[in-house]
Parts: sequence; C-alpha cells; structure tokens
Amino acid sequence: MKFIDEYRDPDLIRGLLKRIEETLRNIGRPVSVMEVCGTHTMAIGRFGLRNLLPPELCLVSGPGCPVCVTAIEDVDRALYLAGRERVLFATFGDMLRVPGTKGATLQKLRAAGADIRVVLSSLDVLALAKGNGAREVVFMGIGFETTAPTTASLILRARERKLDNLTIFSVHKVIPPAMKALVEDPELNIDGFLCPGHVSTIIGSGPYDFLPEKAGASAVITGFEPADILEGILMILRQIETGKRKVEIQYTRAVNPEGNPRATAIMEKVFEPGPARWRGLGDIAGSGLLIREPYGTLDAARRFTFPEMTSEEIRGCSCGAILRGAKQPPQCPLFRIRCNPRNPLGPCMVSSEGTCAAYYRYGGETA
Amino acid sequence: MCIGFPGKVLTIEDNFAVIDVNGVRREACLDLVDEEVAIGDYVLCHAGYAIHRMDETVALEKLEFLRELIKNEIY
Repeated sequence: MKFIDEYRDPDLIRGLLKRIEETLRNIGRPVSVMEVCGTHTMAIGRFGLRNLLPPELCLVSGPGCPVCVTAIEDVDRALYLAGRERVLFATFGDMLRVPGTKGATLQKLRAAGADIRVVLSSLDVLALAKGNGAREVVFMGIGFETTAPTTASLILRARERKLDNLTIFSVHKVIPPAMKALVEDPELNIDGFLCPGHVSTIIGSGPYDFLPEKAGASAVITGFEPADILEGILMILRQIETGKRKVEIQYTRAVNPEGNPRATAIMEKVFEPGPARWRGLGDIAGSGLLIREPYGTLDAARRFTFPEMTSEEIRGCSCGAILRGAKQPPQCPLFRIRCNPRNPLGPCMVSSEGTCAAYYRYGGETA
Repeated sequence: MCIGFPGKVLTIEDNFAVIDVNGVRREACLDLVDEEVAIGDYVLCHAGYAIHRMDETVALEKLEFLRELIKNEIY
C-alpha cells in the first residue's frame, strides 16, 4: 500500500540499522530514547525493533496511550455516567475494559444491562443522538490532539443541529505539558524524544521547542513505519553526535512545521486548557481540554452532578511508574503471571497500545 | 489511539469523502483538513476524519534521500 510499503523495505531498514550502530559507536556511550506515543510502542514491538537495535540504545516507553493515562477518578466518573438510567453511553473500544475502582469496567456494566456503545468515530455519536431522542446520549471524548479536534467537530455539528439529548464527557488531554513534566523528573534521563507523529500533524513542531531549549534534549517528530522509527532514532543520534539539539521532523509526509491550523482553530474554539489528572504523572496544569462556556449545555460535567466518590488505585500495579518511563513492564510483580491480556489488572495491559500489552505480545524483556 | 492511515480520495460529497484504503472503502469527514482536497489525492485519516492531505512529492523526495544516503554511506 502506498505511503506504507516503501517504509518497510528490508534494504532501507538494514541500511538505517548499520548507520545507527556506527553513530552510536562514535558517541561512545549508551543513549536512551523515549517513544512518547502508544502507537510507536506498538510499532516498535510489532516490527521487533528492540531486538534489532544495539543494546547501547535504550528505548523507553512514555505516557502516550490516552486510555492508560486516564486517571482512575475519571474512569469512575465514566462508570457513574454509563450506569445512570436513560443514559446511552458511547466511547471508543479501548475504554471498555479499563478498570476503575474495585475492578469495575464499562464492559461489566454493559453485561449487567447498561447501554454502552462502541464508536469508531465521533460522527457515529451524531447518528446515535438523532436516533435515540428519548435518551441521554453521553459521549466520552478521550485522546490527545489527534482525536480532540474530532470531538470538537462533533460539538460544533451537534450545536448546529440543536441536539439537546447529547453531552460530551471530555477527558481529552494535550501532550506537551506532560512531556514538560517528564523532563523535570530527575529520575528520568532521556537523551531524545521520538515525538508523536499524528499529534504533531495537528500541533506542528513549535510546541516541542522547550525540549532542546530548556531540557537539552533532542526531539524528532517521527512516523510509524519501521523505516520512520529507525530514521527518527538516527536523527536523534546525529544530534547527540554533533551536539546540536533541536526539533526536527522525520515524518515530513504527514507533518508540517505549522501543524494543521484549521484543526487547531476548531479545537480552540470548543475547548480551553485546564488542569487534568494523569495516571502516573499526577495533576498537570493546562494539560486537560475543558469545554468552553458557549458550549456548556453540551458538557456532561455541567449537565450531571457527580456524587462523592472514593477512587482506589489497583493494588500492586506499576502502570504509574511505567507511564513515567521509570519502570519497564517486566519489573512489575504482576506482569505476565497475574496481569496479562486475558486477565488485565492495569490499563497498560488493557489497552491494545499499552506498554505492558506490547511487551506481553511482542516480548522485549531483553531490552 | 492515534492511529492514522493513508487513503485515496474516490468521491467527495457534502464535505465527506469516500476513500480507498488498500481496497476497502471508507468515509472520511473533511471538516478538519487544512488544504483543498481533490479526487485522487491521498489523505491521512483518523477516527473518521481526514486530518492531512499527503504530499506525494515530499514523500518520494524523502525516500530518495534515504536511499541515496544509505547507498553512499554518508548518513
């Protein structure tokens, strides 16, 4: 398939791997690179890149899986909304098995009779709201800057059609504040970041300027095919070798430096930045996307009053440390034996792009 | 969750495109795409929306650049 197959060409991969080895040798010390995005984590596992790369190159997974970083309090709120009478709750499939307090999930709630629907696009929700006029349709909007504009577009379309039985429960988050929090963590020593490709399609390269400027780290916006990822790594290594830290775009076919102004304008029209709680990273100011006042009637957080809830983290689960890059999945005592894809205890094992799921499925313990 | 895939635009109606993704037809909303999209263009799609018009020239230049550098071992 065009725009994909070319980036899986074995000769290209072999050539890139050779360059990576040589550049690492010139640098003469181990280098650690964080892949921020969950889709990168999956691609790295799927194509076995950890086993192909030299051991001096340490790939650390970051907090870029939206389902995994959703705070347990927000999962509990989603469960509360989905369990209410007359509510038809819609969200993306990844959310269904994410455990809240005491192992409750949307999936279990659905088995007990709640009307919970999986959608592939926010546009499906418009049809659900139109076709179920007597129901309160609640859409849980989740995802980073790639997905947030699609929820914003849903909100604009819902307003245009004057749908009054639809609300949005937004747990959307933005990536740069989380990366800022990560580089401030003294536990974590990252030489360079593979920045998320499709988030950057929307936001461009500017928001990462603080990485070279403030944290002395390299930042390369990278695509998702094997040749993309290896070239992204090589670009980071070249920056280290030459001592010139900067933000670069490897994924030029999908990312312009200025991003997608139309999508960001729609996102900014509907959402305003606010505080958000991240699993593993805690509260990060300005990292959440709250629905602006003019669209307040479409905001589930305004329409419904949440009761006092006491949320409890999953006992023994290391997802928090894994999302910060402070631990690798095999270092979690639950990994593989008690926590596996058939019986996932933590969100990093639940989500198809969670770090634990990637390690379980594709190995990588040797890394 | 940030999965995106390229598709070739077959038809456009009412700001929705029908795209061909490796032989499978899907619908993509054009509300968010920043540039004018025409039939035959490739767009990057995410969750039912086109989010970027892909530039074939840029993509080909990149591949050519990589092959050149690897061939000449100057990367």
